[in-house]
Amino acid sequence: MKSLDDLKRIRDAAQKKVTMRGKNDGIRILVGMATCGISAGARPVMNKFVEEIASRDLEKVTVTPVGCIGECAIEPIVEVLQGEERTTYCRVDIEAVERIINEHIVGGKVVSDHVIGKYRI
Amino acid sequence: MNKISMTINGAKVSVPKDYSVMRAAEEMGVIVPRLCFLKGINETSSCRLCVVDVKGMRGLKNSCTLAVQDGMEIETDTDEINAAVVSNLQLLASNHVFECWACEREHNCELLDLMRKYDVENIYGESKNFDKKERLINDSSLSIVLDSGKCILCGRCVTACEKQAGLGILDFNDRGNETYVGPAGFHNMEDSGCIYCGKCIQACPVAAIKEKSEIDQVIDVLKDPTKKVIVSAAPSVRVSLGEEFGSKIGENVEGKMYTSFNKLGFDEIMDTSFTADLTILEEGTEFINRIQNGGKLPLFTSCSPGWVNYIEQYEPEYLDNLSSAKSPQQMAGAVSKHYFAEKLGYNKEDVVFVSIMPCIAKKHEAHRPEMESDGVRDVDYVLTTREYARLLKRKGIDFMNLEDSKAYGNLAKYSGAAVIFGATGGVMEAAVRTVSEILEGKTTPIEYKQARGLAEIKEATLTIAGIDVNIAVVHGGSSIKHFFEIMKKSDKQYHFVEFMACTGGCINGGGQPIHPAIVQDNNDIRSLRAKTLYEMDSSSEKRKSHENQFVMNLYEEWLGEPGSHKAHSLLHTHYKKRDFYN
Amino acid sequence: MIERAHVLICSGSNCISRGAKSLRDEFEDNLNRLGIRDEIKLVNTGCVGLCEQGPFVIVYPEGVFYAQIKSKDVKSICDEHLYKGRIVEKLVFDEALTPEKEVKAFDEIKFYSKQTRVALRNCGLINPDDIEEYIARDGYRGLGKVLLEMTPSEVIEEMIDSGLRGRGGGGFPTGVKWKFAHNEVNDQKFMICNADEGDPGAFMDRALLEGDPHSILEGLMIGGYAIGANKGYIYVRIEYPTAIEKLKVAIKQAKEFGLIGDNIFGSGFNFDIEIRLGAGAFVCGEETALIASIEGARGMSRNKPPFPAVSGLWGKPTIINNVETLANIPAVIHNGAKWFSRIGTEKSKGTKVFSLGGNIKNAGLVEVPMGTTLREVIYEIGGGIPKNKALKAVQTGGPSGGAIPESLLDLPIEYETLVAAGSMMGSGGMVVIDEDNCMVDICRFYLEFTVEESCGKCTPCREGTKKMLEILNIISSGEGTLEDLAFLEKLAGSVKNSSLCGLGQAAPNPILSMLEHFRDEFEAHVVDKKCPGGVCKPLINLHVLENCIGCTKCAKNCPVDCISGSLKQMHKIDNSVCIKCGICKNVCPVDAIVSI
Repeated sequence: MKSLDDLKRIRDAAQKKVTMRGKNDGIRILVGMATCGISAGARPVMNKFVEEIASRDLEKVTVTPVGCIGECAIEPIVEVLQGEERTTYCRVDIEAVERIINEHIVGGKVVSDHVIGKYRI
Repeated sequence: MNKISMTINGAKVSVPKDYSVMRAAEEMGVIVPRLCFLKGINETSSCRLCVVDVKGMRGLKNSCTLAVQDGMEIETDTDEINAAVVSNLQLLASNHVFECWACEREHNCELLDLMRKYDVENIYGESKNFDKKERLINDSSLSIVLDSGKCILCGRCVTACEKQAGLGILDFNDRGNETYVGPAGFHNMEDSGCIYCGKCIQACPVAAIKEKSEIDQVIDVLKDPTKKVIVSAAPSVRVSLGEEFGSKIGENVEGKMYTSFNKLGFDEIMDTSFTADLTILEEGTEFINRIQNGGKLPLFTSCSPGWVNYIEQYEPEYLDNLSSAKSPQQMAGAVSKHYFAEKLGYNKEDVVFVSIMPCIAKKHEAHRPEMESDGVRDVDYVLTTREYARLLKRKGIDFMNLEDSKAYGNLAKYSGAAVIFGATGGVMEAAVRTVSEILEGKTTPIEYKQARGLAEIKEATLTIAGIDVNIAVVHGGSSIKHFFEIMKKSDKQYHFVEFMACTGGCINGGGQPIHPAIVQDNNDIRSLRAKTLYEMDSSSEKRKSHENQFVMNLYEEWLGEPGSHKAHSLLHTHYKKRDFYN
Repeated sequence: MIERAHVLICSGSNCISRGAKSLRDEFEDNLNRLGIRDEIKLVNTGCVGLCEQGPFVIVYPEGVFYAQIKSKDVKSICDEHLYKGRIVEKLVFDEALTPEKEVKAFDEIKFYSKQTRVALRNCGLINPDDIEEYIARDGYRGLGKVLLEMTPSEVIEEMIDSGLRGRGGGGFPTGVKWKFAHNEVNDQKFMICNADEGDPGAFMDRALLEGDPHSILEGLMIGGYAIGANKGYIYVRIEYPTAIEKLKVAIKQAKEFGLIGDNIFGSGFNFDIEIRLGAGAFVCGEETALIASIEGARGMSRNKPPFPAVSGLWGKPTIINNVETLANIPAVIHNGAKWFSRIGTEKSKGTKVFSLGGNIKNAGLVEVPMGTTLREVIYEIGGGIPKNKALKAVQTGGPSGGAIPESLLDLPIEYETLVAAGSMMGSGGMVVIDEDNCMVDICRFYLEFTVEESCGKCTPCREGTKKMLEILNIISSGEGTLEDLAFLEKLAGSVKNSSLCGLGQAAPNPILSMLEHFRDEFEAHVVDKKCPGGVCKPLINLHVLENCIGCTKCAKNCPVDCISGSLKQMHKIDNSVCIKCGICKNVCPVDAIVSI
């Protein structure tokens, strides 16, 4: 370790290992799982979100499976929680994941054709 | 002048800034109680009796090592302090076995002194509600006894052995209130590596360490009508015996000593100073022999049994350097049994030789299996100076008020060279006086002041008959250790080295009168006693061993010449390597 | 595939002793079975603090706090939560569930939200065996900052400004102590970490060493730079094998990264760290005895002055800091003295870690800002006393401290306030004592410890502690008198005043403080010959109350047959035969037997 820059490089690389263990106050992507979600194909959807976040190196974005959200007919269901805003997407497939990531998470604009409803909590 | 100003008990005082608070108080006549402090030796502040109140500091502080500061305000006599001192004395008393009337230190016990001064009640010891510690006694050795029942765990003996003997034989074992002092695991002393120099005994404030007593055996033998008891005292005894009766330190009480021998009923009086002269003749001859015939050099003296214990256990490869001459004590015993007895018309088996010594190692030496001839022991009993004083007190003899008398026998006559044996450098000086005259064939100087004094290692080069003789004088166990380190690394060829196990020489031996720590701290006891010996030497008519006519007569009549076959069989010995912790 | 969830398994010694070791394997097996092993990062982490409710498993990013997890529970966590996303409510820590069964995140649980974790900032959050996780959470930035941007004097000024005081019990300002050593001119100086945590029941330092060893290494080196030392020793008690292992791993990794050794950060600063082990002596937690021990001598305290900062290890200027103090230092440097000094009170800055124990629901480690009241710690964080029993006292400072009565429970926790109340902060032990305890008996417990651990060097501690214990035994046995109490107090005072080191000086504290606050209990033992707490056997008189239902269970279990009474009738104990074993009290189904 020859300089503070060396330390910073290691730190930045290692941050990914530990940031998840703090307050979960970034963008939270909840993927409806439980038995119905799994049978609807929610697992590949969840994994796609994880992959996209990793490849784009997005910070403060977590992906969590959650229990049944309800609305079983229009699964897979994905909820994006950002601050006080909650956006619920339905019938999310792999392609939709890419759009949600690009337009909503990165771009900040909701993907309206997949939305069930968007409202303030 | 580096002085600071401070206040003690309200009075202002100015003292050097390297003083301790205890010493500063002493200067103004305030003596704080103390039990563990021994200047330069034990400064661990463990007894907690010398505590004082220092303004601005929390709690009480020990004054023994607390350095004075400018503006310091000290109180030594508050209620809090007195309560702590009394409490700590009570705690020390709680495990102490009080048998003061029978105890060797009753007259100079530092604990008893404080118990009296503070009028301490032995509340713990007298109550059934408190446990008493197990008493451990280590008394299988011939020279020394440990008694944990008296021990107050001050640690003075531990540091004395570590710093003065350089050996660390004694240490604290176990922990907390189970702590006891002794060799590791309380192994027996004779197998612990101890050399019996007795510095531990001199450091002990109580009777937790002492010599193995032979007083009762001597009393018995004095009562036995079939035995003829010959007594002989070492040079050092006569300048310190009086201290057990309140004399000045180093006072010459030789006359009273002889009178006391008569009063006790000894049959004959010899003097170990006589055989000191004899030893010089034997050892001097041995030295000349080695120098002239390529013998083992350097020659090491061998009259200090503590030193012989050291070399046997710690430097056995050097055993061949030792002079084979016995010590003056052993020679005196041999001469008394194999020459004197017959002269007096006694059977040698009926003769008992009692040696009064400043030394506890002499007890072990006297009982060495090899120290006998014809099945007759050279020396039968050894009493230390302290034991002899105790014997006198038991017999009610008012020592300091005795008239002086002389010893009239031929074997009690000695030269000035003999009497200085008791001081470090004395043996060397005595030997050089004789050896130089023999080698030069003419009168040579009497005094060799380079050998005198308390420097740890004294060295000099003397030119004798054209030869440069390198001499060294070493005293004290740790100095011996240090000297061997130097000698092994150095190219210098030493020729003659005097070794003493006790710093200062025999006058500071393990059997000598013990003074309380405060007296030891404030008086140069070694120098005071040595000074008297050197004065006796200066005022002697004959100052060289070979001028002692009675020694020369002994050769003429009996031994033949120094180093003769007879001399070798009776007055010489051999040594061997010894292991410890077996 | 990057992990989407982190599962932290608490692997501090307390949880290990409750079976946490097998949990890791269970998770591995179950996650492999479900085919989702790659999605989940499993982390063995250090002590989380809520030790009474361990073993713990914390799932991130949600921060779900599962408590008292056994091997058989792992399957449901994996199947339900990690695979299907359904949190297993019955396994969640009860305080983490709202009445509406909503799950609070880890940092929302009152036990944690009321704490301010500075020293424990990484414990329970990182894998202590992975230096990169430490670095990810700003590890070694403090060291880098001091080595490259600050002079030693500036570091010392920063420490002084922060107000950080020694957390081992002494409470001496750390920066001031460093300054003494800094001012000494010597070509060799030493830093020592005192990890000989000895107070019975205290394990703050152990948790730090096991959970965040790098923070101690970093703190030690920052101190080394400040005073001019190039060598540090960590003296760990041998009874902490896990801590020793973690330290060894941490030192090895730090060396590999060039963070210990020569020319650290290219600054020219060299530092080496060595571990030394204790051998079972409480007294070696005292700094001069610790130094003696490292030197190879018998572990006995030495006189001060000279103070170690001037003449310590092998006569060289030496600074000894406690583990918790060192753990704070990187945070102080990285965040700045101002930040630190805003936490706590005017004279006691920062936080303190306490090991909360005794009669309390949430026993474990808590870290609170100085100034928090005892009541808050015990009731809001600690969850109060089980069975709703009344609080009798809080003992702080271990065997060197004293007991604080209920009336003083609103005292803010600060160094000086605790001393004024007759106790002390000590290293952080806090034992809650409920009404069914006897203060005389508790005194005895502490004195038994002190008697065993006294090094034996000085008279008042070696002999006096034993005598104090013996007197307490007499009082406890019912044979004591008022004179014995007066004598005990006097003896305690002399031992406190004249002992050589902190062990002896503090040994009488439990007695002195309890005589101050609970004198009536002591007097009850000697005057009335009763034990109000119902503990001291010779003074217990067991008595059957009127709500006895006559089930005969007590009589059947009495080993000396001293209970009379027939079925469905009121029972009676013959106190002249009773041996006070207390079995009847324990088996009574309606708590009808009491000691009076």
